[in-house]
Amino acid sequence: MSTTATAIAPREAPPVPDFAALAGIAHDLRVDVLTMLNKSASGHPGGSLGMADVFTTLWFGGWMNTDPQRPDWADRDRFVLSNGHICPILYAILARKGYFPRSDLWTLRKLGSPLQGHPDFHFTKGVDACTGSLGNGLSVALGIAMGGRQQGKNFRVYAGSSDGESQEGQVWEMATAAAHHEVDNLCVMVDWNGIQIDGYNRDVMDVRDLRAKYEAFGWHAQTIDGQDMRAVDGALRVAATVKGQPQVILCRTVLGWPISFMLNKPHWHGVAPDDAQLAQALSELNAGKR
Amino acid sequence: MGSTITTPGGSAPASGSGSGAAAPVKVATRDAYGKALAALGAVRPDVVVLEADLSASTKTNIFAKAFPERFHNMGVSEANMIGVASGLASTGLTVFCSSFAMFASGKTYEQIRQEIALPVANVKICATHAGLTVGEDGASHQMLEDLTIMRVLPNMTVIAPADGTETEQVIAAVAAMKGPCYVRLGRMKTPQFLPADYRFQIGKAALLRNGEAVTLIGTGVTSWYALRAADLLAADGISARVLNMSTIKPLDVEALLAAATETGGIVTVEEHQRAGGLGGAVAEAVSESRRPCRVVRLGMRDRFGESGDGEQLLEHFGLTAPAIAAAARELLARA
Repeated sequence: MSTTATAIAPREAPPVPDFAALAGIAHDLRVDVLTMLNKSASGHPGGSLGMADVFTTLWFGGWMNTDPQRPDWADRDRFVLSNGHICPILYAILARKGYFPRSDLWTLRKLGSPLQGHPDFHFTKGVDACTGSLGNGLSVALGIAMGGRQQGKNFRVYAGSSDGESQEGQVWEMATAAAHHEVDNLCVMVDWNGIQIDGYNRDVMDVRDLRAKYEAFGWHAQTIDGQDMRAVDGALRVAATVKGQPQVILCRTVLGWPISFMLNKPHWHGVAPDDAQLAQALSELNAGKR
Repeated sequence: MGSTITTPGGSAPASGSGSGAAAPVKVATRDAYGKALAALGAVRPDVVVLEADLSASTKTNIFAKAFPERFHNMGVSEANMIGVASGLASTGLTVFCSSFAMFASGKTYEQIRQEIALPVANVKICATHAGLTVGEDGASHQMLEDLTIMRVLPNMTVIAPADGTETEQVIAAVAAMKGPCYVRLGRMKTPQFLPADYRFQIGKAALLRNGEAVTLIGTGVTSWYALRAADLLAADGISARVLNMSTIKPLDVEALLAAATETGGIVTVEEHQRAGGLGGAVAEAVSESRRPCRVVRLGMRDRFGESGDGEQLLEHFGLTAPAIAAAARELLARA
């Protein structure tokens, strides 16, 4: 039994982006992520860096129909970061988009800052949901998608999630409901790096085959290399054409990518780099750029 | 003092069981909710209703039948329902969602905190089958802590209407305000005792009867028993004031302070734990005032309920008129 939709205007896919330009943006965003975490001396670098290519493609590849001058615009596409702890990458994106000055990034997690430890739209322009408690944000994203359809709007809802979050039962309540109600303006992008705060998924709580699980729940599922922006763009292109089903893009990423000393190390899920580590990370990033 | 003053009943029968004056008809507040919600749907196209597989019991099925395109059954998945409600509300809709109070507030406390209260979502959680009067289903289904856990949440308005008449007005009032509300409703048919000219206001206690010796305060169905207790006290020449404290938050402190100043003490009664509910809220407000008075809290004494007829359970746990009157007499004797 699906929600009856009034005629909803179709959306056209954006032109294929300039991937060299996107790579440059992803580089800059990673610099901002590392720098803001060093200044705040707390926060979560691993997923923020690993998902930088995915979210750069989404936000700067023409997929997000938003207007920084009108953050409350009713017809905007929504972005719900359900694994809210990787908000440093979201904040870097929003600053670059012009929602607030880049200098705000250096106040992350400090008293009086517009940038909270986890996303909160009371504080931060461009944030569409208060998230951070794992499992909750995806339900909110589903509700936003249903609300758009209810009102005949053609906006899409993109949500960030993670393999660790997939251990929350509420995720599967959401997955059941989204498929049952045939919500096709919802696309979840899962950071599947195999690591959570206590260690590797396979040791803490094996999430097994997330793609098979989502498919069993009735979703359109794709698995991609989350460090390959052409693959991200291609998957977004396919997802946008799916009718009658919610979509999930399972992004195989490398925690901490591409900082050598962070790669695949659970330690870097939630520890900020100190000054020496920041210097090394930035030098690696700059070397990679050349 | 609450701005609404009503005088139901005149000399009601001492037992409240209908031997003298005509006993009021009995209506479950969930039934009044279902009708009010459907009526609201007819005039408010922005109203959307979520349900967790209990629509025949919570009475959202009336709305569902009238407005199927604005009714979404979320299945037995209350946590997800709360998040979805928040998301729907963020697109400009006014969202009502219902389940039994145990699940609508207990199972979903964290989701309500994170996705309703914190974002100040325009969601009205209308929780039926609250309290002891759910009856036969027993302890697992008798939600006795919801007033406590909902009223401690910032931004949350908490209301327990006393009867069907008040319920209809409460639903209209919460729909008219922006922001999160928790409305506590019952399964059992209870007396519809408030008069036709009764006017509910959010945050205002209703003075059901004036008096000087002692103040009896009820919320939800217990306001009826407080009124009947006042009858028992009147027979002994004790003049009891009766307040219907349907809004637990924001609390009508003005009415409480008047009671503390003008009467000899306060007895609260609720089908809920004594800790943190109506009695807890009243005690907090009165103890911080410049004129504190004794507050006796009737409710569940740090224990769970059990199966049984709803009315018998209220009597068993000392929440009906004779127990309220006895508590008032004891308070006055020890004053």
